[in-house]
Amino acid sequence: MLRFTLYRLGHSVLLLFLVSLIGYTILHLAPGGPLSQYALSPGMSQAELNQIAERMGLNRPIPIQYLDWLSSFLVGDWGESFRDGRAVLSVISGHLFATILLVLSSSVISIGLGTLVGVLGATRRYSAWDYLATVGAMIALSIPTFWFGLVAIYVFALRLDWFPSGNMYSIGDESFLDYVHHLVMPSLVLALVNVAIWSRYMRSSMLDVIGQDFVRTAKAKGVSGRRVLYGHVIRNALIPMITLAGIQLPMLLSGALVTETVFTWPGIGRLFLDSLGYNDYPVIMGVLMFTAIFVLLGNLIADILVAIADPRVRLE
Amino acid sequence: MTAAVEQRAASSTGSDWLKSRTVKRFIRHRLAITGVIMISLITFMCVVGPWLLPYNMLEIHIRDRFTPPLTGDYLFGTDEMGRDLAARLFMAGRISLMVGVAAMLLSTLIGTVIGLVAGYFGKVTGTLLMRLTDSFLCFPQVFLLLTLAAFLQPNAFMITLIIAATSWMEVARIVSAEIRSLRERDFVTAAKISGASHTWIMFRELLPNTVGPIIVAATLTVAKAILLEAYVSFLGYGIQPPLPSWGNMLNNAQQFLDTAPWLAIVPGVAITAAVTSFNFIGDGLRDALDARSDMP
Repeated sequence: MLRFTLYRLGHSVLLLFLVSLIGYTILHLAPGGPLSQYALSPGMSQAELNQIAERMGLNRPIPIQYLDWLSSFLVGDWGESFRDGRAVLSVISGHLFATILLVLSSSVISIGLGTLVGVLGATRRYSAWDYLATVGAMIALSIPTFWFGLVAIYVFALRLDWFPSGNMYSIGDESFLDYVHHLVMPSLVLALVNVAIWSRYMRSSMLDVIGQDFVRTAKAKGVSGRRVLYGHVIRNALIPMITLAGIQLPMLLSGALVTETVFTWPGIGRLFLDSLGYNDYPVIMGVLMFTAIFVLLGNLIADILVAIADPRVRLE
Repeated sequence: MTAAVEQRAASSTGSDWLKSRTVKRFIRHRLAITGVIMISLITFMCVVGPWLLPYNMLEIHIRDRFTPPLTGDYLFGTDEMGRDLAARLFMAGRISLMVGVAAMLLSTLIGTVIGLVAGYFGKVTGTLLMRLTDSFLCFPQVFLLLTLAAFLQPNAFMITLIIAATSWMEVARIVSAEIRSLRERDFVTAAKISGASHTWIMFRELLPNTVGPIIVAATLTVAKAILLEAYVSFLGYGIQPPLPSWGNMLNNAQQFLDTAPWLAIVPGVAITAAVTSFNFIGDGLRDALDARSDMP
């Protein structure tokens, strides 16, 4: 297990290195390059810019500059926001809670609902229900998240007035129930695509497990159908889903950005979009790198969890 | 040509290809045929539609602002400036579909070449290329797209380029996995012994054997590209007005949601219908190209 963890960790460090290279390249793509931090601020003369370039060491060889950037990046010095001069990392952490709340609640919904639909599809294979779930999942995959959000707002906020049309809480009322009331629509909207994906994979994972020898053995031993399903099939079918959860992370974050925009939810996605509007490149870069590292860590954790759940994986 | 290639060729491009199993399986696939019919209709409407309508997409009828659908000459109603929504929808469809298909072609090309090289050369080159692919996959695509769009001048051409630049990874993974499993086969060894160059083996021996998975991935990529264009344009960083796209038509629909919901509903249905068709077709192609699906 230790060897496996170390191997995976090494793999992730290599990926982090490559991710940082991509990030550094994009930083240089920004208008003005790394100097963009200053180039866009008003009243900045070329002479002053040259001075700053000198001070920042931009006339040194590129690899040295990269290592310099990487070392300050690794210790958490991600630059400062144009807008208010705050450190990028603290700006990001200020918006983290809202996004995590949204992503977590929507994951709970999609995993629960997706597993249910997938299990029903696999146990009633080729039934009308299975066919409906298949077609439904493919249509759900094709609906743009932001449009689904707009339709949900129109029906459930504007017409029926069941839920608020946006924000995380009502001003003056920050009770737990008020949070939940605001959370329902955005997390359901964000969950839609993931319910579809999760149910498809759960169905095929179930079918894989049902065809395996140990399931037949259990049945032959006289274990009841219900116990085979819950004790053997679903438990084993869920293992590959841990990997899927890791793989789906980037999509979940992309969806969160769009959902946050539609529901004016004060998370990382909104922060990112606001920063785009202000050409706040340090924050844009920071959020981009933050999401990549978040995904990298998520996948590492998923890999380790799979290895704990299924010892066979460690041997590969 | 080698046996493996011939086998594949016989099943997909032989003289009586209409009778081939692959085609039969595809035609029997009800969803796939539904998809083909739907996307043909949508494409037809986008190409021909603007000529059949009484108004073009730029004409402003300020007195007819916010006309609901099916009123007077306006099939889908009008927007906040009194422009005919149907005319805008069809013209937007041309742009959105074109961006989707062009981005698919480009990203499939990039992905195939990277996958081929990575799978064929294995070892250091292959590992490095695949790790690079993995690291691109760490970035949530919409974030990456928006960052690039913010740095560049967004227009239809640029949007196509950056969608392609951020969606080649899946094809690269599929192709490299396929190539790695084919690399050690006898027909490749035979080609090597007969003195074929690396390029010949990659493009003439190996590539034809991976056409199936590439076509499936490419079809699904069109669906993804149309969605991505819609996301980026909805958020204001994609196709810029007055050029309409399905995404940017929804851009200011949110503020009129209460009074003119059709402004949001109509383009959304168009996007969903187009994307669903490509997903249906992709699913059908996957089943049709997979010989195992013949078994009960």
